[in-house]
Amino acid sequence: MNAAETPFEFVTVSYLTRIGNQSAGSPSELLTGLEHCSDASIFHHTYQTLGSHHFLTEGFSNDFAQWVLADTNRNDLAEQLAALDIRDYVSIAALRSDLCRVVRDFCEAFPHFAKQSALERFYFCESVEVTAPLGRSARTLDEFRDGIAHLSHAGFYFHFISSRLRLQLQTNDFSHWLSDGLGLQTLAESVNNIDIYTNTLDGSRAKLLRLIERERRKA
Amino acid sequence: MSETLAVTRIPLDDYAELLGAGEIEELRALAKPLRGRSIQMVNSTAVGGGVAEILMRLVPLAEELDLNIQWEVMSGGEDFFEVTKSFHNALHGAPYHARPRDFEIFLAYNERNRATLPLDAEFVVIHDPQPAGLIDARKPGSNHWVWRCHIDLSHPHRGVWDFLEAFVSRYDGAMFSSPEFSRQLPIPQYLFYPAIDPLSEKNCHLDPVFIAQILARYRIDPQRPILTQISRFDRLKDPVGVIRAYRIVKRYFDCQLVLAGGSASDDPEGAMVLKEVLREANDDPDIRVIELPAWAPLEVNALQRASTIVIQKSLREGFGLTVSEALWKKKPVVASAVGGIPIQIIHKHTGLLAHSVEGTAYQIRFLLSHPEIAAKLGENGHQHVKENFLITQKLKRYLTLFLTMANKP
Repeated sequence: MNAAETPFEFVTVSYLTRIGNQSAGSPSELLTGLEHCSDASIFHHTYQTLGSHHFLTEGFSNDFAQWVLADTNRNDLAEQLAALDIRDYVSIAALRSDLCRVVRDFCEAFPHFAKQSALERFYFCESVEVTAPLGRSARTLDEFRDGIAHLSHAGFYFHFISSRLRLQLQTNDFSHWLSDGLGLQTLAESVNNIDIYTNTLDGSRAKLLRLIERERRKA
Repeated sequence: MSETLAVTRIPLDDYAELLGAGEIEELRALAKPLRGRSIQMVNSTAVGGGVAEILMRLVPLAEELDLNIQWEVMSGGEDFFEVTKSFHNALHGAPYHARPRDFEIFLAYNERNRATLPLDAEFVVIHDPQPAGLIDARKPGSNHWVWRCHIDLSHPHRGVWDFLEAFVSRYDGAMFSSPEFSRQLPIPQYLFYPAIDPLSEKNCHLDPVFIAQILARYRIDPQRPILTQISRFDRLKDPVGVIRAYRIVKRYFDCQLVLAGGSASDDPEGAMVLKEVLREANDDPDIRVIELPAWAPLEVNALQRASTIVIQKSLREGFGLTVSEALWKKKPVVASAVGGIPIQIIHKHTGLLAHSVEGTAYQIRFLLSHPEIAAKLGENGHQHVKENFLITQKLKRYLTLFLTMANKP
């Protein structure tokens, strides 16, 4: 069996949520918050929330969209915010810019609604990340499959979702290693195409394991 | 006299069946750099109350991970606990006439405990206002002190908070159950949710035969929909509002209402509220008002598991962990959007939020009409609790906090 020169090291992650000093009570205040909050805050309410709500597949995309929907009852703005796909971004700056654009466009188009008070305020928080090696690595596809099967949700999230920002590439740790380590470009691409918005993390993992299984049968 | 509590070890692997082996492996990986390092949890009571209940389960789990953890309980006389109860209520926003003598009593007991408690661990976690003054025992630069606040500080009594803030500002960090409950402070503030233990008597799996016995004991019909609110008889839990919502639902569905809470016999206000509830129930044979013993976890568990819909129609709430208890049991929940409830109920994803009697009734009717949606909300709610509000997640948050603090220059 093909073995990679550089092994895949399995890691897990844990996040502490730091409460920020900003909050918003209307879409226009949300815009101010988005413009001034830290990168860790944008990460928390988009990337990290996708990990902590990994079991939801219908209509949950990020905290901003959920708050606009539940507390300001503006489906149109919520839909626009929810449509931003974190897989399209390799930097927080670019994601922030698009979040601001969407909310700014809404505020300009509907100045009356922009100032309307929300039912509950939105509190900006930040993620503080701590990673820990799991002491497990893989050089072959079999070892890789076993490692993925045993990963916690957080570990799977770390390698599959938040890795895009770390790699600064529109891919994830798994695909990156399958391509670079084992030379399995087609498999890497299929793995990267798994939809993290319409699948739960468990569903994504099951699809990934099926793709690996198919590849193993080919060998 | 202050005391160090010894607690029974719980095998961490017992949780693997519910959570998956990967989650337990993750806890061990996070704890590895902290092995043998000392931690002290300090609160003001060994039994009763949510904090003691959580520490009772958390401390042995941390020991399982080879952390050198101690649970210390500060001592205090009746006068101290009277003062801290007033402080507690005042911090929640209740009217309070501050007397200089109260602050003196608080300071005197904190000073006395500083002399007797061994506050020398690398990480010292002080729970709630009572022992907040122990920060004076901190030696310069030697260890990390954090303050865990379990109460809602969104509208505190100014005088009491100003007094307390002078201590709190000297900690390395503070933890709150909701961003809404926090204050503007010069130190980092973190979000720490309360937690339930899936293996405790209140949340563990129950034999259906036992559940059937409990229903029979309280003359509840298992064949018809059961709406349940588990709460002490307190106006802030709005039991009368729950009955009014039930009456609206009853026009459309042949359902039953269960209002179950701790006995009101030693609580004059509770007894008064119970009377109001019974008056409102007006001998309706489908309303069961149940006074449970002070500690009745299995009965609570059984009633929640037997319910078709669980209600938490509070007017004000702390975190409202009864919501997580119901969600863990995969029950659809209709609850008020107050306190920590919206953190647990993500509207239309893990349950339904309401803002009035009529709204509560409408959401209940909707769920009774759409059992498949109710089941989906219950399933999502279970996953939400698994991810965020279990004791193992709380332990993970503590490990992350300690690692973050230890790595700070």
